[in-house]
Amino acid sequence: MFEKAGIATVTLASTLSVAERMQPPRALWADFPLGRPLGHPRDVEFQHDVLRRAFALLDADVGPVLVHHPDVIESDETPLSCSIPPAFDADASPAAQEIRGLQKAYERSVAARDGVTEVGRSIGPDEIEHAVAVLQSIADGTPWNEAGIPGGNTISLIHDIRSYFEEAAMQLVDGPPPAGRAAEAWFFEETETGKVVMAARQAIKDADGPFPVWFYMAPGHR
Amino acid sequence: MSGDVAMRALGDNFPVPTFDDPAWVTPKPLSQAMVAIVTSAAIHTTDDERFAPGDTGFRYVPRAARDLVLGHWSPNFDRTGFALDLNVVFPIDRLEELAADGTIGSVAPRHVAFAGNQPDDVATIIHDTGPAAAAELKADGVDIVLLTPV
Repeated sequence: MFEKAGIATVTLASTLSVAERMQPPRALWADFPLGRPLGHPRDVEFQHDVLRRAFALLDADVGPVLVHHPDVIESDETPLSCSIPPAFDADASPAAQEIRGLQKAYERSVAARDGVTEVGRSIGPDEIEHAVAVLQSIADGTPWNEAGIPGGNTISLIHDIRSYFEEAAMQLVDGPPPAGRAAEAWFFEETETGKVVMAARQAIKDADGPFPVWFYMAPGHR
Repeated sequence: MSGDVAMRALGDNFPVPTFDDPAWVTPKPLSQAMVAIVTSAAIHTTDDERFAPGDTGFRYVPRAARDLVLGHWSPNFDRTGFALDLNVVFPIDRLEELAADGTIGSVAPRHVAFAGNQPDDVATIIHDTGPAAAAELKADGVDIVLLTPV
């Protein structure tokens, strides 16, 4: 479309088979984690190298051109090593304690991004605890369509909950940026809240809830 | 099977559009070219309309905007990279550096984001919103588009 409009295009391809079949005019295929087409966050030199290789495709006289980036960046699903600060409220559920414990880290994350957060598609950060309580009720047997899912959309709700956790976690870990999907693995496998999400998902599935309602509450391979 | 392997295996079986008469443009030299980013990450500024599920429209991303949200609806990819460094999806600062050192001619005043989470049929994007976005970037003087996938 862009090429047809008279604009030369260079594609960073994330799925080789799609690039091979679609045959865009110029494509650089890179085996990088999905969601990280330029490879490494905060690695200026590496990102420039990707762009250098991509723009070099403009030297071709004819297309389609498909070149492979020589590096492979594994998407490591080893859960992030991230300790959640204690909330010191023995009366609160384990998930609620996590949410309260992460609040300061989440607020620092928002501040570090000048107010930007992915939370807010269905609920705000102050509503996370209630939303997780609703999911717990579904896991415990409340029919999903009577539980009062905030915003009425499980996909956007889980997006907000997961984003709260992952953004907070980025403030709590030291060292180089975590590998792709490490935070995802931490949330769904290591946190009490992630387990509530998965339990609610299973409950909706077991109740023959519509596929889109439960399936997209977590990555498809989970 | 890891999430990325599973998603790529799914992509192996996705129907993809093919083009009987693919276009080819020989651009002006890179050092003279205006470059724009077009991404399928559903990026938008915090004050812009969010992408709805199955949204076939696009959003402009102004050159100077850094208050960017990743509005993609799929849970099947890493988002922490973008949270740490938006350039890993939308390399706008990298383009600014390339313009400053003369590698590229200039950075486009507007960039474009589509939503990668589409149903199998992308006909609306192919025949309507895609050409519309292309026409707008062409009118801005864009010579080269870098496409970044999510």
